[in-house]
Amino acid sequence: MFIGHFTERPYQDPNSGYFGATGRSLMDLGMSNASYDPRLGADLYNRYLDERVFAEEMGFDGLMLNEHHSTPFCMGQVMNLEAAILARITNRAKIVLLGNILPIWDDPLFLAEELAEIDMISRGRLVTGWVRGTGRESVAHNAVPPYNWERFQEAHDFIVEAWTKPGPFRWEGEHYHYRYVNPWSRPYQEPHPPIWIPGVMSRNTVAWAAKHRYPYLMLATELQPTLESFQYYDEVAAEAGYEAGTEHRGYLFKVHVDETEELAEEAGRKYVQGPSNPFLEGNQGIVRPFIQNLPGLTQRNNLLPTMRSFAAAASRGRASQHLKDEKKAAPPPPPKDTYVDQTEKLSIISGTPDSVIPKVRHVLETLRPGTIFFWDGDGAMSHDDQMRSLRLMGSDVIPAVREMADELDLKGPFEVDPAGEGEASAAADDAPESPDDPAAQAAD
Amino acid sequence: MAEDSAYREGELVLATGTIKYLEQGSGTPVVVLHHSWGSPGWLPFHDRLAENHRVVVPDMPGWGGSERPAWARDPRDIAIIMTRVVAGLDLEDVTLVGLGFGGYVAAEFSTMNPSRLASLVLVGAAGLQPGEGDILDQMMLSHRKYIEDSFRDAETYAGYVGEEPPEDVRQLWDLSREMTARVTWKPYMFNRRLEPLLGDMQVPTLIVWGSEDKVVPIECARQFEAAIPNARVEVVDGAGHVVELEEPDALAELVSSVSGA
Repeated sequence: MFIGHFTERPYQDPNSGYFGATGRSLMDLGMSNASYDPRLGADLYNRYLDERVFAEEMGFDGLMLNEHHSTPFCMGQVMNLEAAILARITNRAKIVLLGNILPIWDDPLFLAEELAEIDMISRGRLVTGWVRGTGRESVAHNAVPPYNWERFQEAHDFIVEAWTKPGPFRWEGEHYHYRYVNPWSRPYQEPHPPIWIPGVMSRNTVAWAAKHRYPYLMLATELQPTLESFQYYDEVAAEAGYEAGTEHRGYLFKVHVDETEELAEEAGRKYVQGPSNPFLEGNQGIVRPFIQNLPGLTQRNNLLPTMRSFAAAASRGRASQHLKDEKKAAPPPPPKDTYVDQTEKLSIISGTPDSVIPKVRHVLETLRPGTIFFWDGDGAMSHDDQMRSLRLMGSDVIPAVREMADELDLKGPFEVDPAGEGEASAAADDAPESPDDPAAQAAD
Repeated sequence: MAEDSAYREGELVLATGTIKYLEQGSGTPVVVLHHSWGSPGWLPFHDRLAENHRVVVPDMPGWGGSERPAWARDPRDIAIIMTRVVAGLDLEDVTLVGLGFGGYVAAEFSTMNPSRLASLVLVGAAGLQPGEGDILDQMMLSHRKYIEDSFRDAETYAGYVGEEPPEDVRQLWDLSREMTARVTWKPYMFNRRLEPLLGDMQVPTLIVWGSEDKVVPIECARQFEAAIPNARVEVVDGAGHVVELEEPDALAELVSSVSGA
């Protein structure tokens, strides 16, 4: 069992008006950085790095980073920079990037070089994952959405080749062109750092990961759909001629432990407060569906019948989905108590070690993942909240989970090679885009 | 009205894919290139033009019923295909009318194959970077908001589209927006390589703008006028970006003033 720690590193600024239960609206791509305070940013970046060092001391196997752009819920805009620092100031834990947003890179050779450097500085502790990014990321770095999936695949193929094929060589692809690929840095790990793929519900990404035998990590999704995605992975794996195991399954979920149930509830409620990810249930942020569903992020290849006319079409008065989507843009009326609701379905697990451990066991028994990440210290949680939890993770939760994992035979990707015996990506080829899959772009 | 129109549906097979078009009338040809959100079908504006012209309303490649050229990366690619459409239909002395994004394509067309053109009509045309401000970015708006802003006001919008756009309209917008993104996500709706090529273009050009156009700044009308040697500007008072929907008679009359009908 591989046990990691994760936080989105929220920009917690009580003076911005964006933070807390009242104040300015948290609208996705609707907030100016005019009120950004770099001195506060300095404190927060250093706090989050310090917490990672402590997490390693407390026995976590991995420190997971992610990346978002132009949003206060995640300060990881240049995740690789944080990874490089962790490579130097930690000693044992894997540095798990979930992941670099491939389609927004116009020059993925830089990415291959950066990641190879991080792998060397950490002496082989890098785990690198790839994502397609949300619409927000496509807007922020102005990557053409209809080419997102093509660029994802080509950048991946290119980077793996830049890591593994002796240079110099030429690359003339559809979206990337190089006349001289010969990076003067190579990954410390052979043949290259492990690749894990995080996601939410995208079937084509699951299929793509399964065909490459890359572990697939579900990001804080509910248990039943998570299980269904894992089962779909298993099916694709079987078609590709291998049996997927626990080493191919990863799960990120919100777990906070505290000294008393009262403290645990107080801290746990902070998951849904402050500038936490506005896509998450019960959050205060307002999502704009048209940004998440930018044109062509999921390609539509159909042709349309000739329009009779505007007026004729309008007179039919059929209901329009897009208006319904508009309505979704408004903040939904919150459930009576979203925190309680989420704890009941285990979307949030917060309590003392005694109450948390059985719930974690239920998750492990249900999903049988070989890799888990505890998502903690997020939303409005303070440094003290995080440090109390990390201490108890180290003293109680992690040892208990390791015992559980042994008993349940949950092996992680460093115990069983997910690539099999050197036959890793032989079966991999392009997974077809699933046109009926609106979540395809949403891999976080 | 539309249902009574005697337009026919046509199809032209090109190596780059099949093009669908609507057609009606006889006389010197007028070709109308639609907005970025696709052709909404046969319109009263087309009826008016068809009284004196052979009117051809194609779905540009990748829009509506016309096949997508997956390789196209630039409105210029679309314009090249449109030159093949005009040639393929053997149209001569064409009055080419471009609406919004269609105006961008029409302007590109005129720089490379003016021999079949008798005149050019650019209506609220994109294609040039506004000297001030930006072209309204549909990628940062919901469909509804963008189309609504194309009209002079919300009431006029509701009069055409209805309270809730029906499913086929919504699908048209969705598909069109993807194709628009494929060719003009960045730079959005303009090409710095267009203006230098307009200077030698001799086709008589009419530049029409709605005075209330909220999509393409009216300053672009003056920029086109300055760039094209034989051009004049007409402002349609009170119209928004969709002059052809809001003021079909006035626009048809303006087109006729250059089409020789």
